[in-house]
Amino acid sequence: MDQTDALRTAPASAGLALFQPKGVVATGERNLIVTAVLLMLLLVVPVVAAAFIIAYKFRAGNQRAAYDPNWDHNKFLQSLWWGLPALVILCLSVLTWRGAHDLEPSKPLQSSLPPLVVQVVALRWKWLFIYPEQKVATLNFVEFPENRPVRFELTADAPMNSFWIPQLGGQMYAMAGMVNNLYLMASQTGEFTGGAAEINGRGFSSMKFTAKAVTASDFSVWLAAAKQSPRGLPWSDYLKLTQPSENDPPAVYSWYEPGLYNKIVAQFMAPAAGSGEPQLIMPGM
Amino acid sequence: MWHFIFGNLTWAALPHEWFTIGGTAAMFLMAGAVVGWLTYARRWRWLWSEWLTSTDPKKIGVMYIIMASLMLFRGALDAAMIWLQQAMSVGASHGYLSADHFQQIFTAHGDIMVFFVTMGFLAGLLNIILPLQIGARDLAFPFLNSLGFWLYVAGAVFVNLFFVFGGEFAATGWLSLPPLSELAYSPGVGMDYWIWSLQISGLGSLIAGINFIVTILKMRAPGMTLMKMPMFVWSSLCSMVLVVSVFPILAVTIGLLWLDRFFGMHFFTSTGGGNPMMYVNLIWMWGHPEVYILVIPSFGIFSEVVSTFSQKKLFGYASQVAAAIGITLLAMLVWLHHFFTMGAGADVNAFFGIMTGVIAIPTGVQIFDWISTMYKGKIIFTQSLYWFLGFVATFTFGGVAGVLMSSPAADFQFHNSLFLVAHFHTMVIGGALFGIFSGLTYWFPKVTGFKLNERLGKTAFWFWLTGFFTAFVPLYILGFMGATRRLDHYTDPAWQPFFITAGIGLVIIAIGAAVQIAQLIVSIRQRRDNLDISGDPWNGRTLEWSTKSPPPFYNFAVIPEVKSRDAFWEMKQGGRPQPVYQDIELPKNTAMGIYVSAFVFLAGFGFVWHIIWLIVLGLGGAVTCVIIRALDEETEYTVTAAELASMENNHS
Ligand code: HEM
Ligand SMILES: [Cu+2]
Repeated sequence: MDQTDALRTAPASAGLALFQPKGVVATGERNLIVTAVLLMLLLVVPVVAAAFIIAYKFRAGNQRAAYDPNWDHNKFLQSLWWGLPALVILCLSVLTWRGAHDLEPSKPLQSSLPPLVVQVVALRWKWLFIYPEQKVATLNFVEFPENRPVRFELTADAPMNSFWIPQLGGQMYAMAGMVNNLYLMASQTGEFTGGAAEINGRGFSSMKFTAKAVTASDFSVWLAAAKQSPRGLPWSDYLKLTQPSENDPPAVYSWYEPGLYNKIVAQFMAPAAGSGEPQLIMPGM
Repeated sequence: MWHFIFGNLTWAALPHEWFTIGGTAAMFLMAGAVVGWLTYARRWRWLWSEWLTSTDPKKIGVMYIIMASLMLFRGALDAAMIWLQQAMSVGASHGYLSADHFQQIFTAHGDIMVFFVTMGFLAGLLNIILPLQIGARDLAFPFLNSLGFWLYVAGAVFVNLFFVFGGEFAATGWLSLPPLSELAYSPGVGMDYWIWSLQISGLGSLIAGINFIVTILKMRAPGMTLMKMPMFVWSSLCSMVLVVSVFPILAVTIGLLWLDRFFGMHFFTSTGGGNPMMYVNLIWMWGHPEVYILVIPSFGIFSEVVSTFSQKKLFGYASQVAAAIGITLLAMLVWLHHFFTMGAGADVNAFFGIMTGVIAIPTGVQIFDWISTMYKGKIIFTQSLYWFLGFVATFTFGGVAGVLMSSPAADFQFHNSLFLVAHFHTMVIGGALFGIFSGLTYWFPKVTGFKLNERLGKTAFWFWLTGFFTAFVPLYILGFMGATRRLDHYTDPAWQPFFITAGIGLVIIAIGAAVQIAQLIVSIRQRRDNLDISGDPWNGRTLEWSTKSPPPFYNFAVIPEVKSRDAFWEMKQGGRPQPVYQDIELPKNTAMGIYVSAFVFLAGFGFVWHIIWLIVLGLGGAVTCVIIRALDEETEYTVTAAELASMENNHS
């Protein structure tokens, strides 16, 4: 196996990435995680402690402990045993409902700025990023401004995958013929590791990319440079990308086949019954 | 001509890599050793008529447990190889396994541990204990029981067969989600081995499930109403209801996947109008209930163990029954929590998230009830109870992790990560397996007539518990660090110490397993010191303890009359009536189960290699055997009252 992945500059280790969020979504998820765990520990710690204390206290050798072999029922305790966990789960359910709605990946994030759209194609085994408004594309590397929502539109031209940048927010599936939206927003500049989270064949582990959040002005500078890139991505070259390969170095394309993303998605779309027209399948429907 | 006879099988399919040669050699050596010993000791006839063709559930149970232990060994080897690779493969180093090989190993590991280890142990325990606990002499369908066991064996052989023919297993993860598992991305026979080993053993599980349910519902001793059944019977019933409800889904799902692969159909492909999301839904409609199938029987075992060793009635019996039923029903309503990230939207995700959390309520109730059972008891700290206490520590831990992931927004960060892997190992090892160990040590004297060595058992327990935490706490932490599951290589050197620690944990667990083997050997050698003469070594409460240890082949000379929940406890207070013997009917041995499974196995082989005549022969043979068996009117023999009386009086 070649050594390019070792040589490629990976972002520095993020440590406990989930607890060092660098984006609003990841922060919200971190807060939810911490709250939920604390809430559960409130009940679980005393229960586990009680289990061991009671086991010890009522050991056969302890002559002073009471022994009542027929005590098997107590209405009050029984309601408590159902009530206590129910109470905790009730509180959690509120958190769950609110979390699921507030942090729903396809929900636009609040911001004065319009979202930057980045279309993502999971390939074997690399990530293609298309900037439809800027008309540039990148491979295994994505750059975007801080403090501005990014709408990742995820699809695949390969086995099902899951797109994940832990420090910015949770995962979302990328599936052939379908589009899933995932909103993320970096709250500061920096380089973050992103990658594939769903097994998708031989190159799965190497399928990493760098997500780089920069200031708005740096982003414009980068865009201008990207537009000067000598490389382009016509359909024929895209087809080469769909062939299996690993550890492809990051690349920037100053132009791409018009309508590339839709063409990729449409390859898999089933003709609707009777009409002969391709029909977009949305996972949620 | 070649293709007609051998299908896609060619010389190239024979072993030529180090692991296929090694695996093949190991299997032949083991088989050779067994065959050699049997021939040398002239035990063939004994093996055939006393064991292999037996319809006695106690014997079938023992065979299940032996088979599951062998498969545990295989699964553990896989685990060791996974960990070694992950401990080595960072940065410039790529470890000692290719990505493809690594992926085959964890796929096989997961399937073996679920289908052949945990399911095998459970089927074994249920076979041995259920009839005894309900006061029955046998299962409802003795032939089906034998058939179910042999299908399980056929599946287990099948999952190892790729070593000899083909050299590859599926590399797609234990559930083989499409489109990855479709022809386009997994053209090899490994995927077909996966399909047929699950299909064959799954059929065995379904048959066993039906058998156990009918046995519980129809064959209880007079007086044992549903609400007088021991908790282990209740939990087995719940687990088997889940088996019968969801194993057909598994069969259909992987059957459709097979149609895609064999006939080029498009159920789950991304092209041609297929829909892979359908597979993901279906497989988890089976998959989530499956994890509860694995753990619910252990809850029942703990109810028995805690009550016996607290020398006290089980607290809140009715409430435990309700909890078990609640868990069973809810288990079928939560499958979507395995793919919150598919994009179903906030409402759907929140619904399934909340349903998942709700399962924790009845689960919590059971734990509260066990603690209340210990309260005001006189607790004897046997090794079986140790496993229970270990379970309390691990299971609550894993439960917190599970409930945490039941919140979709939290799960987006944990899905497919090592945190998730840590969660389910906590549940399956700390829940299901600890329960199985508790049950095996508890019922061991019933099966063999002597007790297991306590000191070694407790030593093994401590190794398992510390090994468990050493192995899996690092995985929780790696999950926090953003490590996904199934990595054969990673770049962040900060992860490596955690992988290495996890490997140390595995070694500690392995020592625990070695101590268990030593425990078995020592216990057999010192059996005279630990004989269970009374048949009731623990001062038990339920009917199995009213028989001798080991029980006679007919279990009960006279079917007991049940008056209360702790039937045997009550009898011991009262005194038993003078027995009145009557003629009894017992099932004859049958080899048909072996024949049917052998034919099914051949058909499976034909399916994998596209050998049409073999498929026809296999299916035709299996159906013919079943018909022959169905026409056989003489499947039982009679033990007369006089014979019973003489056997009973000789024993005591
Ligand atoms: C309190 C009860 C439990 C809750 C709330 C719970 C919750 C969950 C959730 C939400 C997931 C999906 C995580 C993901 O893929 O992102 C999961 C996965 C899993 N759980 Fe649990 N769980 C519970 C108990 C159990 C038990 C008792 C077992 C087994 C005995 C178990 C075995 C598993 C397995 C095997 C997986 C993952 C399978 C895979 O993705 O390969 N869980 N659990
Ligand atoms: Cu589940």
